[in-house]
Amino acid sequence: MAVSVPLAVLVLLSLGRVGWSHAEPPRDSFREELVITPLPSGDVAATFQFRTRWDSELQREGVSHYRLFPKALGQLISKYSLRELHLSFTQGFWRTRYWGPPFLQAPSGAELWVWFQDTVTDVDKSWKELSNVLSGIFCASLNFIDSTNTVTPTASFKPLGLANDTDHYFLRYAVLPREVVCTENLTPWKKLLPCSSKAGLSVLLKADRLFHTSYHSQAVHIRPICRNALCTSISWELRQTLSVVFDTFITGQGKKDWSLFRMFSRTLTEPCPLASESQVYVDITSYSQDKETLEVNPPPTTTYQDVILGTRKTYAVYDLLDTATINNSRNLNLQLKWKRPPENGYIHYQPAQDRQQPHLLEMLIQLPANSVTKVSIQFERALLKWTEYTPDPNHGFYVSPSVLSALVPSLVAAKPVDWEGSPLFNTLFPVSDGSSYFVRLYTEPLLVNLPTPDFSMPYNVICLTCTVVAVCYGSFYNLLTRTFHIEEPSTGGLAKRLANLIRRARGVPPL
Amino acid sequence: MAATGAVATDREVVRGKRAALFFAAVAIVLGLPLWWKTTETYRAPLPYSQISGLNALQLRLMVPVTVVFTRDSVPLDDQGKLPFTVVHEREIPLKYKMKIKCRFQKTYRRALDHEEEALLLGSVQEAEATLAQPNEQVEGSLTVYVISEHSSLLPQDMMSYIGPERTAVVRGVMHREALNIIGHRIIQVAQAMSLTEDVLAAALADHLPEDKWSSDKRRPLKSSLGYEITFSLLNPDPKSHDVHWDIEGAVRRYVQPFLNTLSAAGNFSVDSQILYYAMLGVNPRFDPASSSYYLSMHSLPHVINPVESRLGSSAASLYPVLNFLLYVPELAHSPLYIQDRDGAPVATNAFHSPRWGGIMVYNVDPKAYNVSEQPVRVEVDMVRVMEVFLAQLRLLFGIAHPQVPPKCLLSGPKSEGLMTWELDRLLWARSVENLATATTTLTSLAQLLGKISNIVIKDDVASEVYRAVAAVQKAAEELASGHLSSAFAASQEAVTSSERAFFDPSLLHLLYFPDDQKFAIYIPLFLPMAVPILLSLVKIFLETRKSWKKPEKID
Repeated sequence: MAVSVPLAVLVLLSLGRVGWSHAEPPRDSFREELVITPLPSGDVAATFQFRTRWDSELQREGVSHYRLFPKALGQLISKYSLRELHLSFTQGFWRTRYWGPPFLQAPSGAELWVWFQDTVTDVDKSWKELSNVLSGIFCASLNFIDSTNTVTPTASFKPLGLANDTDHYFLRYAVLPREVVCTENLTPWKKLLPCSSKAGLSVLLKADRLFHTSYHSQAVHIRPICRNALCTSISWELRQTLSVVFDTFITGQGKKDWSLFRMFSRTLTEPCPLASESQVYVDITSYSQDKETLEVNPPPTTTYQDVILGTRKTYAVYDLLDTATINNSRNLNLQLKWKRPPENGYIHYQPAQDRQQPHLLEMLIQLPANSVTKVSIQFERALLKWTEYTPDPNHGFYVSPSVLSALVPSLVAAKPVDWEGSPLFNTLFPVSDGSSYFVRLYTEPLLVNLPTPDFSMPYNVICLTCTVVAVCYGSFYNLLTRTFHIEEPSTGGLAKRLANLIRRARGVPPL
Repeated sequence: MAATGAVATDREVVRGKRAALFFAAVAIVLGLPLWWKTTETYRAPLPYSQISGLNALQLRLMVPVTVVFTRDSVPLDDQGKLPFTVVHEREIPLKYKMKIKCRFQKTYRRALDHEEEALLLGSVQEAEATLAQPNEQVEGSLTVYVISEHSSLLPQDMMSYIGPERTAVVRGVMHREALNIIGHRIIQVAQAMSLTEDVLAAALADHLPEDKWSSDKRRPLKSSLGYEITFSLLNPDPKSHDVHWDIEGAVRRYVQPFLNTLSAAGNFSVDSQILYYAMLGVNPRFDPASSSYYLSMHSLPHVINPVESRLGSSAASLYPVLNFLLYVPELAHSPLYIQDRDGAPVATNAFHSPRWGGIMVYNVDPKAYNVSEQPVRVEVDMVRVMEVFLAQLRLLFGIAHPQVPPKCLLSGPKSEGLMTWELDRLLWARSVENLATATTTLTSLAQLLGKISNIVIKDDVASEVYRAVAAVQKAAEELASGHLSSAFAASQEAVTSSERAFFDPSLLHLLYFPDDQKFAIYIPLFLPMAVPILLSLVKIFLETRKSWKKPEKID
């Protein structure tokens, strides 16, 4: 786009002025919502939902004019005759045991399932083309979806939206578990939002925070829904959802308190002017087993109670379109504090950086008497770069020993001693009082076997095969080309000559 | 006993030699060709000589011109010579390897009765309406009517008239050299209506050397089977502006008729979208004198790129996209004007970027801000917008303003905004461009195959190449015989086939197969097998030489 030319010459066109047909009420609407749930484990889950609804028959109209609904997806629906499309990208795994049931879970990696209209003749071809186009739109490797990882489920994955008949021939389902989700998938996803990431809840979607989380799942769901209660005509609904789980222990230095700014490094400043509804829900249901209570700041104007996923929940509701919510302080930074701080403990964790810095985990724990405490750390075996392997990689790789430093209460109260006068072996570690003494224990170093690839295997096979062939060939060749003739048994060999030499030296005639 | 032993040994030696020679022969006669055959890259035969012949192709563009003489247009003795045919041929000077000749084949005939009557009418428009039978006229052909010198059909000072269809009117003359003079005028008019040098130069802009045409010529969109036209309304400030545009009506009323006439040149699809919070990449400057903001001309190239990432590529088709953006500046930066090179505001407040599309800045009427409540509702005046966008669309397609010869009257535009002969001219240019593209593609493929030996040519790729070569030749023939529409269709087929062959993924299958890996795999097998054969061959050779030398010594 190097050259731009101002348009100076205008061709006069005989365009008649035509009176304006009065603009009809907007046929599309946009709602956004953020649910923040403090999880039982102390983590915090944030679930965004953006819903664009369009009252239009996408597949029947020739010329398509888009307003809030993204053009890229709209064209897909009409070109490939889609009835439903569900696409999710997920990093991490939702741990139901610690985090409770999710609003919507998705498998790790990329998941795509699509219902086609029954007018589609070659479903497999459309499916292949669609996955290629989607891989272009979302910068993902969906183009690796082929017949080897595509299935047509017959019982599960019923259409979520409006459907007359469910012939499973028109359903395709594929998962790519290896897909790594990163910023390049989030950026095109954000571009589909009407307010992009400039206003409203989408301001919070800052990539470097969203991917420093224990769980990240973004999804796109397109489905037809009823336009009105009688369901005389259909509308299209696009739901973009994003769920993240923040590990507040890491970011918050061991405290379970959080605020919007601490999680997203942004605060809410203005509502999206295109949204008809823009709300933040904060789960303030107290967990009775912990006897802890929550305090939300600023105090909510309304609360919302309902039975969600089988339990009664209470939510504090903040409406961004309500001018009072934001106008007080020009921005909205929700904060949540736990009234009774958690147990006196200290955890310092410094994550490793690849090839630069090791992991460091320090914990201050008060151990109960007569108990066994196990600290276990999970690790993954990874392949190194091939130049980084030691000459004997099968020996294993060492992990440095853990250190246990403790003040052990002394059985016998020791007298406070004179620092300078006492023997040297007694004064290495300073002890404040005589009731306890200091010990530092080390564990054994750990020897970990890393997977070692056989670098030369293919070449070895080739060489070995070739050698076998060459040896067979060589002996065969020798057998055929060499001439064999019977050697006359010679009258004496080396022994005879040696004997003659000795005989000559002795002056005896040779043999 | 010893003698028989020696004979037996000799026989053994000879047998051994023969065995060694046989081994060598098998290895050379059977082994080498087998190895060669199993490891060679498959390459179907291609018409290399025909492809290199395409470079020297002579394009002869024939424009059939029918010249119709009315009763008093030329002296009587000249009228007696009618009907006859004159051919006027001229080479179009371009720095291009293809020689392009333009050939006007003028068929002179007398006017028929109904034509005489029509040309006696009061005005050109009426005459045209009576004469008009556009279905009869072939694409690319022209009809020129020669009227009498004193006819009142044209204004007195005008010598000729170019109509919106494929017709023109030329004033006759009573002179001894009448036919020559008229013939010259006809050529002038016909050139304006069909082929001129700059039209072809713009079409071939990609294939010509950079110096002459690149900078000042507006490069039109590359020829393609179809085009996608996207209208986008950019509203960077939805808090202050609630912009509405009746794009559906505007497309139906203004864009679709224009595209229907253009449909011979390709398939078109139109869509539109509204993008919020889409900013320009450049901060406009404030002009205190007029208390307005402006974008200077040198900053315009930087405007497009940041917007483009929001436009969204067209996911559903492979055709090139033309973007037309209507930008409603945010409240803080309005009114916003575009300045030209001299610093004066551009009247249309729009600019276009060749091969990409156009941008128009639409300022909100300042009176609208008197209403206190925000956002302000803005209804876009689509007539004003579409005038600009259609003018830009013409420029992007390379439909430039014709160079009218002196004293020539040009008819007003048709309601669709495109004259029939302008469409013909576009088709000429596109056909030539397609032929040039197809030839270049085929030549590059042939060159590439000569340079890189690892490229596989499958049979279907080869058949595409044959099809492309045949289509190029057919298009050239059709152009020479004046059949424009079939020539255009053949040239499109040539481009499609040649590109399909060139970009076929099967060409690359064996491309990344380095030689050192090949040797690493061959040596463990070939070395132990070849060494004994070679050694025994050397031994046999030495022995034979010795046995030849021995008899000499005896002599």
